[in-house]
Amino acid sequence: MDYVPHSNEDREAMLRAIGVAGSEDLFHDIPADVRHPQLDLPPGMSEPEVIRHLNALSSQNRNVQELPSFLGAGCYNHFIPSIVNALILRGEFLTSYTPYQPELAQGTLQAMYEFQSMVCLLTGMDVANASMYDEATATAEALLTACSITKRAKVVVPDTFHPTTLEVLETYAEGRELTLVRVPAFELGDDGTLHDRWDAVVAAIDDDTACVAVQVPNFLGWVHECQQLAEVVHAHRAMLVVSADPVALGILTPPGEYGADIVTGEGHSLALPPGFGGPRLGLYATRQRYLRQMPGRVSGMTKDIEGKRGFVMTLQAREQHIRREKATSNICTNEALAALAFTINVSWLGPEGMRKKAELCLAKSHYAAAQIDSLPGYSVSAPGPYVKEFVVHCPAPVSSVNEHLLERGVLGGFDLGRVRGELDHHMLVCATELNTRQDIDLLTTALSTVDA
Amino acid sequence: MQSAEPLIFERSAPGRHGYSLPDSDVPEIATDAAIPAHWQRDSLPLPEASELDVVRHFTRLSQRNYSIEHGFYPLGSCTMKYNPKVNDAAAGLPGFSFVHPHQPESTIQGALALVYGLTHLIMEITGYANCSLQPAAGAHGELCGVLMMRAHHVKQGNPRRKMIIPDSAHGTNPATAAMCGYTAIEVPSSERGTVDMAALAALLDEDVAGLMLTVPNTLGLFEQDIVEICQMAHDVGALVYCDGANMNALLGTVQPAALGLDVLHLNLHKTFTTPHGGGGPGAGAICVNETLEPYLPVPLVKEEDGAYAWDYDRPDSIGRIHSHYGNFLNQVRAYTYIRTLGLEGIKRAGEFAVLNGNYLKERLREAYALRYDRTCMHEVVFAGLKEKAEGVRTLDVAKRMIDYGFHPSTVYFPLIVPEALMIEPTETENKDTLDAFIDALLAIAEEAQTAPELLKDAPVSAPVRRLDETTAARRPNLRWQPPE
Repeated sequence: MDYVPHSNEDREAMLRAIGVAGSEDLFHDIPADVRHPQLDLPPGMSEPEVIRHLNALSSQNRNVQELPSFLGAGCYNHFIPSIVNALILRGEFLTSYTPYQPELAQGTLQAMYEFQSMVCLLTGMDVANASMYDEATATAEALLTACSITKRAKVVVPDTFHPTTLEVLETYAEGRELTLVRVPAFELGDDGTLHDRWDAVVAAIDDDTACVAVQVPNFLGWVHECQQLAEVVHAHRAMLVVSADPVALGILTPPGEYGADIVTGEGHSLALPPGFGGPRLGLYATRQRYLRQMPGRVSGMTKDIEGKRGFVMTLQAREQHIRREKATSNICTNEALAALAFTINVSWLGPEGMRKKAELCLAKSHYAAAQIDSLPGYSVSAPGPYVKEFVVHCPAPVSSVNEHLLERGVLGGFDLGRVRGELDHHMLVCATELNTRQDIDLLTTALSTVDA
Repeated sequence: MQSAEPLIFERSAPGRHGYSLPDSDVPEIATDAAIPAHWQRDSLPLPEASELDVVRHFTRLSQRNYSIEHGFYPLGSCTMKYNPKVNDAAAGLPGFSFVHPHQPESTIQGALALVYGLTHLIMEITGYANCSLQPAAGAHGELCGVLMMRAHHVKQGNPRRKMIIPDSAHGTNPATAAMCGYTAIEVPSSERGTVDMAALAALLDEDVAGLMLTVPNTLGLFEQDIVEICQMAHDVGALVYCDGANMNALLGTVQPAALGLDVLHLNLHKTFTTPHGGGGPGAGAICVNETLEPYLPVPLVKEEDGAYAWDYDRPDSIGRIHSHYGNFLNQVRAYTYIRTLGLEGIKRAGEFAVLNGNYLKERLREAYALRYDRTCMHEVVFAGLKEKAEGVRTLDVAKRMIDYGFHPSTVYFPLIVPEALMIEPTETENKDTLDAFIDALLAIAEEAQTAPELLKDAPVSAPVRRLDETTAARRPNLRWQPPE
């Protein structure tokens, strides 16, 4: 099966118009000795066959709709209302290109403008772009931008930052002058509890520091004090980059209010289901004064020649198709449809829904923490306030605890031993509005039967 | 249908709401007890609207967009072919869309099998030794590819400093080279529209890390000297990067690896029909030969005795470039597409993409200036109108296409062709559509002589007329502001 519509008559007529005997004559610039290789590809399939095959593959996976899941660690299962898919799958949005011709893309451009507005309101920043690939690449670009703005090379990051983001940053920093200083921001007590060492992060900032990057809440779930940190950062004429969870921003102080210079974040959980980790939605917002160093596309409001309101992609002089090697980034394709999904969902939620969603996370995670903490052998470590994730010290390695849970139909939390060897008894547990009390009780009961 | 739609913020009224979330089934917790009051926000002036308000707003916005599903969308270099609906159905299966990336491997065998399967299909189509699907887009693939080239040179003892890029290249190429610490050096195009071989020979030395070429190039022309170019680069220890944005032309006809190109990125959202979504998400594959294979980003997927697993054991890897394994749901779409087409369908896609490109070229050459008069591949680039008309620019021709019901072609790119019109029809357009488009372009060329104001005033049939881009850039209005 293919999607080529030509009849034989069409094909013949077209070849005649071109003035060649056969299509083969159109490929003569390709060296003959490598033309038309034998390809070992399977035969095509009809639609019912391909659907059957894909169904079979997908049914080899378990998923978070089918099993109660306590996995988070940067990818969260939050509720996405039915209207999101119904609207983003409209062909007008789904099958349009980047809005290079604004007269035919007012829908996309206005949605981008509304998205930028929402990101600004959630983060407390002046301006936002129309999306990046994911939080990791948005943060990596933010740190590189901060280095070029400050003309300094030292980036201070607490080790409570998402380890994957730091790996991506290290990849992005290759070829650039940049020193990544990872500061231990917590200590592991003999009894397995975690203790905040935020003072060490503050102490690591000096006059060579380009920027400090903080995650709110941090990778391990708790919220650090940022007001005082921001003052110290700015006293050293460095920049503060905050990676914030937009769901938590339903109740938390927007980073713009305590002095963040760039705010990034992962927006997928307000836009799309987990999707095995992609598509994602990188958020990027900054201060007005850094607008022209901002990477990525941005939509602006303007008027047409009759005075009617309209929208265009603007400030393109920052971008690769105009500035080429002097561009602020090489990004071209972004995550526009995910940004649209975010805009639809946040419109549906409104301020009340955003707050309710965050408060439900708060209630579910605190209930789960209390239940687990009361089990013999388990202790919850939360050295600061948390919204939906917390660390549990387990009586056995998390890898074996999770096997035990899976046998009982539960997807346990993230095994921190995968990113920090000494934390192999520590589980990062996430509970959102989608975890029912029944789910949490099932988890607690299953944990109680783990052999220490 | 296409009337102006207020901002969602302007449709808001206090006290309205659309959300539906459950009441808590666990003991309530006072927010102040969990989060210190001074760490909580005071206000959040988001829109307040009913569910129907939201649905209507975004439906109306959608109607102010043009899309492949409306009609012909001949943006050059963008491969706007039909995006099959079955791909979306596959990506929407809960067994793909609701899988968490940190699940145990025993619970994600289907997802890993799909990644592994798509990797191998792409390796066969392109001829490379291995590939990663981690890049989220084409430019992300470029970054990954150039970082691998750099890693190779570092391993040889010297990262080198220069990256040679043709003057016809996509802007992402020099931008990527700069992000990776390289100085972009431009090589001119010859009178045939391909790399000027003498100029290239003069630029190549042992400080050149590589070349970044687009094959076929952005003029829609196949680099007839590509094998020799690769050999010349390899002779000074440089590597050759292939920007695969135009891979649609080569499907089934040639494996880029066989030409000597060391590394290739694909845009799954072009060649393999994952929808563009108004600008993304895309999905990029990055394919490499044996030389660069050790540097692929982690993780990859491996197979042992029918079981699939993540492979992190790659000591020379450049590291990670994405939070997880790229835009997986678009990988599902691309996999579905390739399995649907199979061998014959893949070959036909490439063949008919090139047939359609050449048909447009031959039929339009009487009215539009053909800069390079030779067989093209999947797209054709004209240097504007053949018979110039007073004050009429390519932009005016493009905007007039809108009034004839078509999306404009790419304009003013590549930069080396004055008044460029770059047209890519793709293989999924039938002859009637192409003929209607040809008739429109011929009529526009006629109008340029007889009634040029029709072009200069165009479009008159779109939701808005031409927009003031200068003011938009000088006094940027990039967000809604809550009332004081």
